[in-house]
Amino acid sequence: MTNRKKYPHEDYRGDYYSRRDVIKRLLALGGIGAAGAYLAYAPEDYPGSLRDQSGLRGMPVEVPFRLPDFRVEPANSSIQVGIGRGGDTRTMLLKALDAIGGLTHFIQPGDVVLLKPNVAFDRSPNLGATTHPAIIDTLVRLLLVDARAAEVRVTDNPIESPADCFAKSGIGPAAEQAGGRIYLPDPNAFELLYTPGATLIEQWAFLKRPFKNVNKVIGIAPAKDHNLCHASLGIKNWYGLLGGRRNQFHQDIHEIVSDLSIMIRPTLTIVDGTRVLMENGPTGGDPSNVRDGNAILVGVDPVATDAWAFEHLLQRPGRLPDYLYMAEQKGSGKVNYKDRIKVVT
Amino acid sequence: MSRLRAVIGPVLNRWLRLTRVRIASQVFFFTLFVLAVWATWTSRLGGYPVSALLELDPLVMFSTVLATGYVYKLLGWGLIIVVITFLFGRVFCNWMCPYGTLHQFIGWLFDNRSATRRIEQNRYHPVQFLKYSILIVFLLMSAMGALQIGLLDPIVMMYRAMATFFAPILDTALGRVGGATEGLGVDGSLLDTLKFSPGVEHRIFVGSFWIGMIFLFFVLMNLWKPRFFCRFVCPLGALLGVIASKSVFRINRLVDKCTDCNLCLLRCEGASDPQAQLRQAECFACMNCIDDCPENALEFTALRQDRKQVRPYPDLSRRKVVFAGALGLVAAPALRNDGRVNDENFSAKMIRPPGSVEESEFLERCIKCDQCLNVCPTNVLQPATLQEGGIEAVWTPVMNFRIAHCQLKCTLCSEVCPTGAIRKIEVAEKLGEGPYREQGPVRLGTAFIDTTRCLPWANQVPCVVCEEVCPVAPKAIQTHDEETKDVFGKMVILYKPFIVPDLCIGCGICEAECPVQDQPAVYVTAVGESRSKNRKLLLRSRTPVRPI
Repeated sequence: MTNRKKYPHEDYRGDYYSRRDVIKRLLALGGIGAAGAYLAYAPEDYPGSLRDQSGLRGMPVEVPFRLPDFRVEPANSSIQVGIGRGGDTRTMLLKALDAIGGLTHFIQPGDVVLLKPNVAFDRSPNLGATTHPAIIDTLVRLLLVDARAAEVRVTDNPIESPADCFAKSGIGPAAEQAGGRIYLPDPNAFELLYTPGATLIEQWAFLKRPFKNVNKVIGIAPAKDHNLCHASLGIKNWYGLLGGRRNQFHQDIHEIVSDLSIMIRPTLTIVDGTRVLMENGPTGGDPSNVRDGNAILVGVDPVATDAWAFEHLLQRPGRLPDYLYMAEQKGSGKVNYKDRIKVVT
Repeated sequence: MSRLRAVIGPVLNRWLRLTRVRIASQVFFFTLFVLAVWATWTSRLGGYPVSALLELDPLVMFSTVLATGYVYKLLGWGLIIVVITFLFGRVFCNWMCPYGTLHQFIGWLFDNRSATRRIEQNRYHPVQFLKYSILIVFLLMSAMGALQIGLLDPIVMMYRAMATFFAPILDTALGRVGGATEGLGVDGSLLDTLKFSPGVEHRIFVGSFWIGMIFLFFVLMNLWKPRFFCRFVCPLGALLGVIASKSVFRINRLVDKCTDCNLCLLRCEGASDPQAQLRQAECFACMNCIDDCPENALEFTALRQDRKQVRPYPDLSRRKVVFAGALGLVAAPALRNDGRVNDENFSAKMIRPPGSVEESEFLERCIKCDQCLNVCPTNVLQPATLQEGGIEAVWTPVMNFRIAHCQLKCTLCSEVCPTGAIRKIEVAEKLGEGPYREQGPVRLGTAFIDTTRCLPWANQVPCVVCEEVCPVAPKAIQTHDEETKDVFGKMVILYKPFIVPDLCIGCGICEAECPVQDQPAVYVTAVGESRSKNRKLLLRSRTPVRPI
């Protein structure tokens, strides 16, 4: 009984904070508080400061990029547009290409080439609303085999469901079978493009991803009637690289089309005149609106290409669409194609 | 040979148990289901029977037969499950049903109950009669033409949640991951969201939050009561329970071997009292009790069943049947109190996908599985909210042209519809071509111009995007052309659009593309839709039948 304790926990020893521990905790608290105060209240130009006095620092800033110039001088500078007539698609395309110096003059071995057909709608090729798959097939093979391009990409931002448009227009299968690669317009694929001199799209969302490492760009447009701007040809085709709310552009359609002519400086502009949508454009829908135009144009000067196509394919006499004159003013080419074309029959 | 058996025997005994086969079957059917949802997409569809699990669902078969009197396309497959249930009991619930598998998996994963608690939880609960009442209510409603079975049918619920709730979440995740990895230099087109979703980069589904919440609510309830949905709510389980009362095989307890230890309740999925008189209608035939019985007193058998040790029928008194029946008889007409179907109050925005049958017929067929929404390449199809069709049509497919338009050469929704609410049509029939020239194209509704909001009409600003995109030939949107001096003194040519209702097919691309985005200046309403005689607009079409 000698060991009996007065209190049951008499020999209990707790674990107590020392003075030193308390000072350490206070210092840590002070450090965290000071660091927080610095981040929150240090002037904005101090390193690491998170201060946002105006509320504008938190706004997203997108740095626009610029597109390089993809143009190549033609072999003979007096011939800016080659026009092939007579024969099948391949024959006509080769005739037109030869007229301006041949494909190998423009495409060097190892080039990465981007093709921009018009795949705007979920329509079959015979309706003339989209680029015909035959010319895509021919061109991809020519590029890969004859011109020994390293890679051929095909892209567009259609109005309807992209996968469907590529499948049903026949362009997707044609390009892939010929060895090309399709790029679909996923939202991450767009970036802000800066186009100096453009009125409406000085800064606008642009389908950039397919352009990575690309050194040559070829547009392949069908020749179509267009309700508002009279004709959808080589220049109007670049509309398909725009993102954002592009349906506002119809409020000033000629301005936007002429802007497109300076937005991108393609290596070649091809207008496929084998099937011409004469009326009810740009959607078409009735095969009886489509005429055999018996021509393929390959141009270095997109304005002259479109001017010839407007007069000879859509067979519209008189004044050309306003946007061609505006494009000429913006320095994209010359409306007067006389003596600058070569028709090979 | 005997030595081989001595080595392999214990391994086989351990691994080749019926419960393992069951888990394999559950994994197989769950995977199949997810694959079917994934394959319900333009380029992957390729004739695969993507709606097979819906067509196997006997509740869908029975309720649509009650509603329409006929068995559409492949719905007769439901008989396979009926026969299986007559043979083996509710094996569907624990061997095939993907929602059941999910419940079991979540319950297993988050179960932290003690063994005694588990045994208590898995005893039969008297409220399990509820699912039979739900079944009676739903079947009576179906018989009166209001098919609401899809609200609680597990296969349909699962499909709907995956198509409308989880799909957009997946799109967002892919977009974020794609955007982030592209920034790090990975080829961005590898994670292109367009490769993973049908047609649109980021699908949206109006009101799908609630679809997901209800789906997740039942999944979370497993933490409170194991297999809550399956035991208390599921009308398909109830139907199969009624059939299972007569099943040839069942769990049988050998009373002379049983020591009343109750260990069979440890993992009893159906709460079917295998330790006493088996509630045959509740048993999922999960075989866990056979595994857990230390005395081998339980067997799954057709022969030597002890009839004293079973209560075959659902625990449903006559009083409960009468009460549920009365509820069912009131429910169907009550749903139509707001007159949204064929009466004066039908909604202008109730625009059904092409191939849809007339509205009251549609509501007799649509189970709200939302496969059509899943396959739609433009995202125009949306689950209807209370606004469009009233309570009866909630989550049925409706076109929202502010989101997108109906693509001209597409009939995918009619292809995947398991019940014929959207009858299978060909593109030629949709467009009124070839043999269908006489009857003309399928019209979803008619477009109208709001001249107080239209830029050329109201604001002297040139536009006509609507005319440009109009896909019919000749165009159903024509223009009054007018050259005028605008308020700033500049000469402008205004093309003022107007609609030719004879030509308009109501595809809605004009509304989707109208730059007056928030309340488009051109909009489509249901009047003039070709599926309905009550909603006709024109006495006769003024267009001549197009020559061949």
